[in-house]
Amino acid sequence: MSLDLDEIDRAILNNYQGGFPICERPYLAVAEKLGISESELIERLQSMLEKKQLSRFGPMYHAERLGGGLSLCAMHIPEAEYERVNEQVNAFPEVAHNYARDHTFNMWFVLATETPERISTVLKEIEQTTGFKVYNMPKKKEFFIGLKFEV
Amino acid sequence: MVLSDQDYRLIAEIQGGLPLTSHPYAEIGRRIGLDEKSVIERIDAMQSSGVIKRLGIVVRHHELGYTANAMVVWDVPDHRIDEVGEKLGALDCITLCYQRPRRLPDWPYNLFCMIHGQEREKVLAYIDKLVNSEGLDDIPHKVLFSGRRFKQRGARYQ
Repeated sequence: MSLDLDEIDRAILNNYQGGFPICERPYLAVAEKLGISESELIERLQSMLEKKQLSRFGPMYHAERLGGGLSLCAMHIPEAEYERVNEQVNAFPEVAHNYARDHTFNMWFVLATETPERISTVLKEIEQTTGFKVYNMPKKKEFFIGLKFEV
Repeated sequence: MVLSDQDYRLIAEIQGGLPLTSHPYAEIGRRIGLDEKSVIERIDAMQSSGVIKRLGIVVRHHELGYTANAMVVWDVPDHRIDEVGEKLGALDCITLCYQRPRRLPDWPYNLFCMIHGQEREKVLAYIDKLVNSEGLDDIPHKVLFSGRRFKQRGARYQ
């Protein structure tokens, strides 16, 4: 698969997914390490955003520490109803992302709410709207989170 | 960490991304009535306390060639959950590893991990290999590859 990334793009992606310096001129600090100018780094980030290789240049929040609720939910939807239910589920602003998966439980989405209590409310609303059961599978314990992609 | 109203304004202001300008924190400060130094201090504090897990490049893995995205779920006896969770979480190719509740009788699996790869066959071969090398033959597992992706964005905060 051709990704249209050169060595410098790869260095940016591979070295800075884990974090960026927090200082007055963060782009300058990183650009100097990469041996490019601040404006070149900014242009490269802009271009990767435009190509949708980046979803954003910004924070990843810890939902629970922000006082919010977060859960992984699954549904089992007959193929004939999938499109309709999918549209209904995605219309909820609390649904952060939603994937089809190849299993009887074929719809998997993450719910992010402003308070932990809202999770069960939104789940009920989704069940009422779609007519299907939602299986709520909130995290009980985290063993590892290191979501990072080498390119 | 106790968050002030000002912090929540800051959280909402940067959630979609930092400005790609020479002084991004000064720009954010202008929008919410804080000086650059205070913005940097608050963001630093939020990162130290874990409210911000990380700040920077958030990739779209699909667009970077990681199209074989497997959720591997395991039915681990409760007394072995820590042992198995830590074992799997320590492996290079595992990007997330969580314990979640079973939903019996429909869903017996209580340990979830994600493996993002570029080809399905390689991901499946990797899983076979780790089942052997980690001695997990006696723990039932299932691999759920993702198909269509319908929505991907971060959580939104007001």
